[in-house]
Amino acid sequence: MPSADLIPLLPEEELARRTRRADSAHPELWTILDAVMDPEIPVITLYELGVLQDVYLDGDVVHLVMTPTYIGCPAMGVMEEDARAALAEAGYTMVTVEMRLAPAWTTAWLTPESRRKMAEYGVAAPSGENIQCPQCSSEAVVVISEFGSTACKALYRCQSCSEPFDLFKAI
Amino acid sequence: MSHNAHENAQVVTYVLRLADDALVLGHRLSEWTSRAPFLEEDLALTNVALDFVGRARMYYQYAAELTGDGATEDTFAYTRDAREFSNLLLCELPRGDFAFSVVRQFLYDAYALPFLRELKSSCDQRLAGIAAKAEKESTYHLRRGKEWVLRLGDGTAESHQRMRQALNDLWGYTNELFEVDALEESLIAEGIAVDPRTIRDEWHQTVASVLTEATLPVPESSWTVQGGRTGYHTESLGYLLAELQFMQRAYPGLRW
Repeated sequence: MPSADLIPLLPEEELARRTRRADSAHPELWTILDAVMDPEIPVITLYELGVLQDVYLDGDVVHLVMTPTYIGCPAMGVMEEDARAALAEAGYTMVTVEMRLAPAWTTAWLTPESRRKMAEYGVAAPSGENIQCPQCSSEAVVVISEFGSTACKALYRCQSCSEPFDLFKAI
Repeated sequence: MSHNAHENAQVVTYVLRLADDALVLGHRLSEWTSRAPFLEEDLALTNVALDFVGRARMYYQYAAELTGDGATEDTFAYTRDAREFSNLLLCELPRGDFAFSVVRQFLYDAYALPFLRELKSSCDQRLAGIAAKAEKESTYHLRRGKEWVLRLGDGTAESHQRMRQALNDLWGYTNELFEVDALEESLIAEGIAVDPRTIRDEWHQTVASVLTEATLPVPESSWTVQGGRTGYHTESLGYLLAELQFMQRAYPGLRW
């Protein structure tokens, strides 16, 4: 019988976020925002990344709740602009954006599906121990630098296929 | 939580201390951009700088909300003079050589990590939220810093000598990290502020164990300087602010 440890458990705050979406009185708002991608990894939506925490309608005003991946991440401004643009295109021009820090964003919120898309894009997904080369899946990898092209990534090299790659850091 | 007017002013002062530490240290780190020993390190230092500037913004925004009256994060960052800045002196010292920046960052990160862990349980929810976020980043910073201290301390004769020099030049500034004044005493009693005296042993243990592994002697405390929290700074802060604030001073209210 498989051990209960093998069942991937959803973090509590992630379950709460998915419940907010499932129970939303305005599911179309969430759908509109599904078109907004992470500017650095444009195969992952803001929702999949965990940055989009909540969206709801209050009268004519759309309230958007986002959480930053990293406090100083310059892409947060772009994400906010892109989200506003997507809502404006759908006719929602009055939008307020709240940056919520708690619960603090964590890579534990990423789904297996998001991790797969990330690897296909060439960015190794965060994991506890076994880091896999996104090109050849080898685990013979070495760290080049703790920081890669952005704050959320570290730079690695694969010793099997010699390709350098970005790792989305587990935090 | 909501504060009464007196408490409110105290919290603003406290939040500005944390904000100023982050902004000033972040600025010093940013000075390495395009000057680091190699490209990967250049990116790393720039990213760490971003973490600190981001942290500063969170604190300043909170201080601005508590202050009201049209204050914004920029009011604090760009329109106060050196005497109004309350950062720790350690954070403002010129970047020096690479060893100096590595040692300064390591000494600070070894302090920041337990500090943020404590701040997470502040009864001020906003501060607790910022701390939870920043703690994750500081864990990473400290891990990276340890690696550099080992590599340079236990490296060549030249790197070892430079690390020793940096340690001796910086050590007297570390006492200030654990100083507490009347304002902090009162905020500690209310469960808002961190009591840095409670993390001093942990800090010393972290620092001493890494230095020992790096074959570097732990300096003796033979001198100490303080004054940052009350606005008495080294002359280097004025030069830093001159660069940081130039555009807003020359063109007040400038936006782009």
